[in-house]
Formats: sequence, structure tokens, C-alpha cells
Amino acid sequence: MSETKKFLYVNRKAPYGTIYALESLEVVLIGAAFEQDVALAFLDDGVYQLTKGQATDEVGMKNFSPTYRALGDYDVNKIYVEQESLDARGLSLDDLQALTYEDEDDDYAEKDSIKVVSAAELAKIMEQSDVILSF
Amino acid sequence: MSQLHTVNKSPLDRNALESAIRHATKGNAVLMIEDGVYGAMKGTQKSAMVSDAMGDISFYVMGPDLKARGIDEGRIIDGVKVVDYSGFVTLVAEHGITQSWL
Amino acid sequence: MKFSVMISEGPYTHQASDTAYNFTKAALENGHECFRVFFYHDGVNNGTRLSTPPTDDRNVINRWSELAAAHNLDLVLCVAAAQRRGIADADEAKRNGKDADNIAPGFRISGLGQLIEAGIQSDRLVTFGD
Repeated sequence: MSETKKFLYVNRKAPYGTIYALESLEVVLIGAAFEQDVALAFLDDGVYQLTKGQATDEVGMKNFSPTYRALGDYDVNKIYVEQESLDARGLSLDDLQALTYEDEDDDYAEKDSIKVVSAAELAKIMEQSDVILSF
Repeated sequence: MSQLHTVNKSPLDRNALESAIRHATKGNAVLMIEDGVYGAMKGTQKSAMVSDAMGDISFYVMGPDLKARGIDEGRIIDGVKVVDYSGFVTLVAEHGITQSWL
Repeated sequence: MKFSVMISEGPYTHQASDTAYNFTKAALENGHECFRVFFYHDGVNNGTRLSTPPTDDRNVINRWSELAAAHNLDLVLCVAAAQRRGIADADEAKRNGKDADNIAPGFRISGLGQLIEAGIQSDRLVTFGD
């Protein structure tokens, strides 16, 4: 398996109401070990997965939102969030957790993993992928 | 690489079709399956979304799903092509990548 | 062409498994190869041999088992998803201290890496879900 493919994980569902967001994250973490070219897209209600301040104590479910912050350690640092989806939900980048990674090609400088992109830009990213996993 | 988008939700219930169309680039195809086939019908509040996009995107609808739901092919938006499961396979093979709008 | 399929919903609530079955069957009949069918989320419920649908309904689980036997298909249930939902083979049942297993013929339980590998090894990966 020397071939490297572009994997895109597409997240369009909000967390907690259904399990898709959590189980998608589990695939991303396992997939990181395969040394493929990995990117994540958050659009539609998927942008709610990245919001700050999630506290699940009272619903008794596992709060998996801190795990997104670990993605940088797994070399998963291409995280695309769609502008139109944020706008439609009255959200801005400030409402989302900061996700960062250390760039080993730049003296381990800490950089932002999240890139806000337009629907048109995201369409191109989708089309240029080799494998799309939708959750 | 041309992309195939599959949609399995009624556009009157969820935004999957709308979102698929927004992210389809020129030359892409959208295949409506399962409850997605309601998106292929004429005269709904969402029909214009499909006819307006038809210049750049090809639309297909799953015939067996239309029949299961009692939708006569005469009620399908002009230009939407009806396929069977073999046609679905061909569409997947012909397009470099398939994305399911779940 | 080499296809793989991911199924994300159980056998009887959503049409996903039916569509995936019809798609996979058509692909095989048209001379394509199926590298793997991977069951994730509630899709792992497609792999229980204890399912007993009414006799006038299709048997979704048996259909997959029969297609697997006829075409030597690799039907894989995600282990983490299966553990959550109570789907186990003999080894899994023993490992987790359960008194029974319920996996259907033709299915096996393995890790999420099998899904990634299917993506790498196949020309096309198609997802069926809700």
C-alpha cells in the first residue's frame, strides 16, 4: 500500500442528536495511521461539531469535542469549514474551537488547522479528492 | 475528475439536494435515490432548483424507487434521466468519485 | 473496476442496506469486482443471524450472506460499532465476557482500518446511509 490517496471526510451533521459525528471522528483517528493525504470538511449542520463550550454532563453523553483539538498531533491539519454554512447559522470563526498543529517544516511553529472556505472552493476540494467518506 | 453526487432525502424534508447542487461543479451528475426521488418531481416548491441547475449538471433518478413510491415517469422534470441499478453502477464507474449526501 | 461499499444504517429502518444490496448485485452482474462491504454505525445490525423478519418480507441479512457465499464477498462489521450495538462473533463474545454470539454467516468483525484500506485499494467507494 504505497499509493497515497486524498481522503476527504465530509461532516454535515450536528453532534449528540445522532452518533455520526463521534463515529466519524473515530474513523479519522484510525485513518491517520495510514499516512494518506487527509482533509476534513465541515458544512451544513456539521459546523456545529466544532463549536466552543460543549458540556454534556447533564445529558450524560461523552463530550468528544476536545478530541478535535488532538487532530493536529495526528497530522490531520487540513480542516475546511464552509463560510456559507457558518453564515446561515449566525456563527463566525470565533464561535469555533481553535484547532492548531505544529508545522515541522517551519520550526514547529503553531498554526491554525481550520481554513474557512466558500462553497465554491469546497466544491473544488471535493472534486479533487480520491475518496470521500460521508457522515 | 468528474463527480457523482447521490441524494437520498426528499428536498421538502432536508437540504441534501440543495447542498449537493450548491457543491456540484459544471459537468457533475446528481443521482436521486430512495426518498431523494421526490426531488425529481415537477410542480413542487423545489422543482425550480433542479431545472435551474440543469444547464451545468446532469440529473438522474432511480426508476425502481419512483415505481415503489407510485410516481409516474410523466411527473418527472423534463431532462431528468431515469436509471436502474445497472445504470447507477455505470454512473459510479463513469465518474471519478462519488459523494453521498446523507 | 474494483468497488467497495460502506453501509451506515441497519437493515429495516432505512432503505440504505436494500439499495446497497441492489447496487452491489448489479455491479457484480456487470462484471465489476467488489473488494469489500464495510458496515458501520447502525449498519452493523445487518450482520446478526438472530433477525427473524415476517415470512412475506425480504430477509436482508440472509440476502447479504447468500450474496457473500455466491461471490466470495468480504462483509466486514466494524468492531467498535459492533461492540456498542451488541453484535459479536465467538471470539468477541469470549473476549468481552458475553454468554452468546450472534454474527451471521459470511460476515466477519474487524477494525476501522478495513474501511480505510477499502478506500485505498478500490477504484470507487460508495456510501449508503441516512
